[in-house]
Amino acid sequence: MHWDIVWNNLGYFLIGPYPNGPLGGLAMSILLAIGGIFGAFWLGLAIGLMRLSQKVWFKYPAIVYIEIIRGTPLLMVIFWFYFLAPILLGKPLPEATSALISFIVFTSAYIAEIVRAGVQSLPRGQMEAARSTGLTHFQAMRYVILPQALRNMIPSFVNQFVSLTKDTSLAYIIGVNELTRAATQVNNRTLIAPTEIFLTIAVLYFIVCYVLTSISRRLEKHLARYQARGR
Amino acid sequence: MAYLELKNVHKWFGNFHVLKNINEQVDKGEVLVICGPSGSGKSTLIRCINRLEEIDKGEILFKNKSIHAKDVNINQLRADIGIVFQQFNLYPHLTVLQNITLAPIKVRKMSKDEAETIALKLLERVGIKEQAHKYPAELSGGQQQRVAIARALAMKPKVMLFDEPTSALDPEMINEVLNVMKDLAKDGMTMLCVTHEMGFAKEVADRVIFMDQGEIIERGTPEHFFTNPTHERTKAFLKEIL
Ligand SMILES: Nc1ncnc2c1ncn2[C@@H]1O[C@H](COP(=O)(O)OP(=O)(O)OP(=O)(O)O)[C@@H](O)[C@H]1O
Ligand SMILES: [Mg+2]
Repeated sequence: MHWDIVWNNLGYFLIGPYPNGPLGGLAMSILLAIGGIFGAFWLGLAIGLMRLSQKVWFKYPAIVYIEIIRGTPLLMVIFWFYFLAPILLGKPLPEATSALISFIVFTSAYIAEIVRAGVQSLPRGQMEAARSTGLTHFQAMRYVILPQALRNMIPSFVNQFVSLTKDTSLAYIIGVNELTRAATQVNNRTLIAPTEIFLTIAVLYFIVCYVLTSISRRLEKHLARYQARGR
Repeated sequence: MAYLELKNVHKWFGNFHVLKNINEQVDKGEVLVICGPSGSGKSTLIRCINRLEEIDKGEILFKNKSIHAKDVNINQLRADIGIVFQQFNLYPHLTVLQNITLAPIKVRKMSKDEAETIALKLLERVGIKEQAHKYPAELSGGQQQRVAIARALAMKPKVMLFDEPTSALDPEMINEVLNVMKDLAKDGMTMLCVTHEMGFAKEVADRVIFMDQGEIIERGTPEHFFTNPTHERTKAFLKEIL
């Protein structure tokens, strides 16, 4: 066994060539996941609300967006965006940016569905009560519906975050120097320790996801308590 | 002159004709009680008045103006016509005080202080001032419904609609809600109440209408209604509930 190779490259796995070069490795994976979930939250919220609208020119574009993306593998979204961006923008995007946008676009479709389900799971009387006092649809969403619905959705958001953290490994395909690519590079250079290297990588992904899942579980318990009081 | 007027109102849910040619006038300060068997369209009728449902034919006039006119601001209309639901529909994530002040602040553009002062006065009026900082789940059904009434009143509505406000309550809580409604009636509020509380109808209603299968088939003063109803179906209904 060649655990020394893993040991000597651990820094590279964690942060890439940084500070002597660009940030990479696990740090890049986590940054992509955080940026991705943050962007996807706002985009997904907007698309989810459009999906819930009665107005056809909001509702149908949202349905098309959600259905197309949910029917496409993430890898294809990453590829497409990587090759399409230069055509659309006239110049190539940095790989990491391209990957980040793909993650946002992809995850937002799932967030939109979570938002829709969360809003629809509230009793209809909530919206009616709010509208009957003269609040606009937007105000009713903002002050009555979403505060309740988003709270119920937090566990689903965390799930999505965990998936995305694992899926950042796909950015490898367009050359983003995240954890999987860092591992492949070291493996290609050293050749004799693939088992050790990829085992280490798997453990790193596991640790990150495990921490997230535990936080989620604790949050769920906390929210259950809050709801018992709030309802 | 009528304050609220329904003229030849029809409504369908798909093929189902839920309101059939409804004609009714309510004067300012009048209390109208609407009763009738389940499914007769009572809720639908009052929900049309603040446009939670839309009518398909006919006209509804509030202060001689169609509520469907193009220049009617639906949110202002709803602010003027309060509604209290059977299921209270309080916001569970907000305190009692926040439940009441939300719309005055956002719709009437009151300051928070002003809205809270009004809210506390209303809570005092419905007898639960000390519950102001609790969450709805911490209150009894009767208290929740009184909060819901206070929430509607905070908008200073011109008309109040009640959709079976006491039928989700335990019997011992019904009176505390009815008493609030009676006070309101005596204060001159224009009220349309869907209720089967006949004691309430006898005491404060100016008129009672009876609906069956989407039609108003009997109307009159409470005395007329309870002592000599003309329609067979009204008699059968009264026999059942009294
Ligand atoms: N949104 C809807 N879509 C289709 N049908 C509806 C809808 N709302 C009500 N209905 C139907 O219309 C009829 C009248 O309903 P409504 O709620 O007005 O009756 P109600 O007189 O208030 O009865 P209850 O005493 O049970 O409250 C019922 O048969 C009901 O099933
Ligand atoms: Mg009803």
